[in-house]
Amino acid sequence: MAEFWFTYLWPTLWIVLQILFVVLPLLLAVAYLTLAERKVIAAMHLRKGPNVVGPFGLLQPMADGLKLFLKETIIPTGANRAVFVLAPMITFILALVAWAVIPFGLHLDGSPIVLADINVGILYLFAISSLGVYGIIMAGWASNSKYAFLGAIRSAAQMVSYEVSIGFVIITVLLCVGSLNLSAIVQAQAGPYGPLNWFVFPLLPMAVIFFVSGLAETNRHPFDLPEAEAELVSGYNVEYSAMTFALFFLGEYANMILMSAMTSVLFLGGWLPPFNFAPFTWIPGPVWFALKIAACLFVFLWVRATLPRYRYDQLMRLGWKVFLPVSLVAVVVVAGALLAFGWMPHGG
Amino acid sequence: MSFMDRTARTVFLTELVSGLALTFRYMFKPTVTINYPFEKGPLSPRFRGEHALRRYPNGEERCIACKLCEAVCPALAITIEAEPRADGSRRTTRYDIDMAKCIYCGYCQEACPVDAIVEGPNFEFSTETREELLYDKAKLLANGDRWETELAANLAADAPYR
Repeated sequence: MAEFWFTYLWPTLWIVLQILFVVLPLLLAVAYLTLAERKVIAAMHLRKGPNVVGPFGLLQPMADGLKLFLKETIIPTGANRAVFVLAPMITFILALVAWAVIPFGLHLDGSPIVLADINVGILYLFAISSLGVYGIIMAGWASNSKYAFLGAIRSAAQMVSYEVSIGFVIITVLLCVGSLNLSAIVQAQAGPYGPLNWFVFPLLPMAVIFFVSGLAETNRHPFDLPEAEAELVSGYNVEYSAMTFALFFLGEYANMILMSAMTSVLFLGGWLPPFNFAPFTWIPGPVWFALKIAACLFVFLWVRATLPRYRYDQLMRLGWKVFLPVSLVAVVVVAGALLAFGWMPHGG
Repeated sequence: MSFMDRTARTVFLTELVSGLALTFRYMFKPTVTINYPFEKGPLSPRFRGEHALRRYPNGEERCIACKLCEAVCPALAITIEAEPRADGSRRTTRYDIDMAKCIYCGYCQEACPVDAIVEGPNFEFSTETREELLYDKAKLLANGDRWETELAANLAADAPYR
């Protein structure tokens, strides 16, 4: 019995506890991201935003969640029931599963705080974010509705297009790090010059391309064509209601947080403090990481309040005729520079 | 030269950045939203809200049943029936306004020779049923009694411009 407990049960319980420790704050963050979005955009529109439910509207996400939870889930007659219900779950689960490899900081013994410290972390993240398109395609197809289907097609095309340049941007970062492990990527950005060591400065154009592609990848403004209200009512999720809709919604916002986390890890030095001396090093790594994620998320919201939506041909032009060649050239240039100046990680 | 200029603008995302800077500045400006049920915006003395039938200070109703308001009403929302009262004066026996038909054009108060029917400053008279919006004489007179201070002040404020 004792052996059973220590070999099987306790490790399982322990990993479940760790997962909960990551997922619960994440869901809370998703809930409050919706509030933050409404507040930030309201402030930029000179409006107040939600301020009635609770102090400063702080209970608004709870009210919204409760409302969605209590509504009836309507499944259209023509829909493929199984796929229709499966699609939001896939979207949501994929948005959560990706967090398994995100490192939040360092333990006291120097090992990273992460659920699964696998050595191909970035590849895993890339694969999971590519799978995200399946949820959307399935939703669009299973709804048996023109609007949902067109929205899903747009979304799929957009995500596939921008993943290409995201891939090349990640390759430039990997060239500079020499590892696919996310905590190694963060460690590689530690250095004597503080924020100047973060890849956002040496690889600034790449960081911009990555962030903009991230906007497109998460179907956010100004690339939110899949849910262009004017033409497609609401895109791939028109037919969804109640919890099935809520799962899409949560998945979309969790994906935003994931994209911000990826931006932080790849370009903003993850959990590293900006300066490696006293007042900055007192603040623990996970807090710095959360702050960097929050800063990226603010830019997501800021962009939404500022920019008009792209036309579909402009979107495709930007993806294939601007970002793809630029990032492709950048891979060559970065690789050449590393080789020419002997900056290769592991001494070339 | 213009080609280089344009390319530089595109590469350095100047227009994107200036747009973002603008919204960022706006974020710190004071909001213009009014916290509505608790705060209200200013109303002109000419504001055309809920109707009221006014009385003279001695309590006599002003309306003389001339039916000019009924005649001028473009929405045909007003219905008046009248007959001489016991003291010989001409008064309405029925004065109904269908508030669901009314378009708040204010012609009734312009037509009224004795300032009896007026549109007051009240705009919060929504009801839960349609029937409640069929105002009768008693309701209109009660409105007049309730809002008399504001109605008189508004009429006095607007008088120099008439």
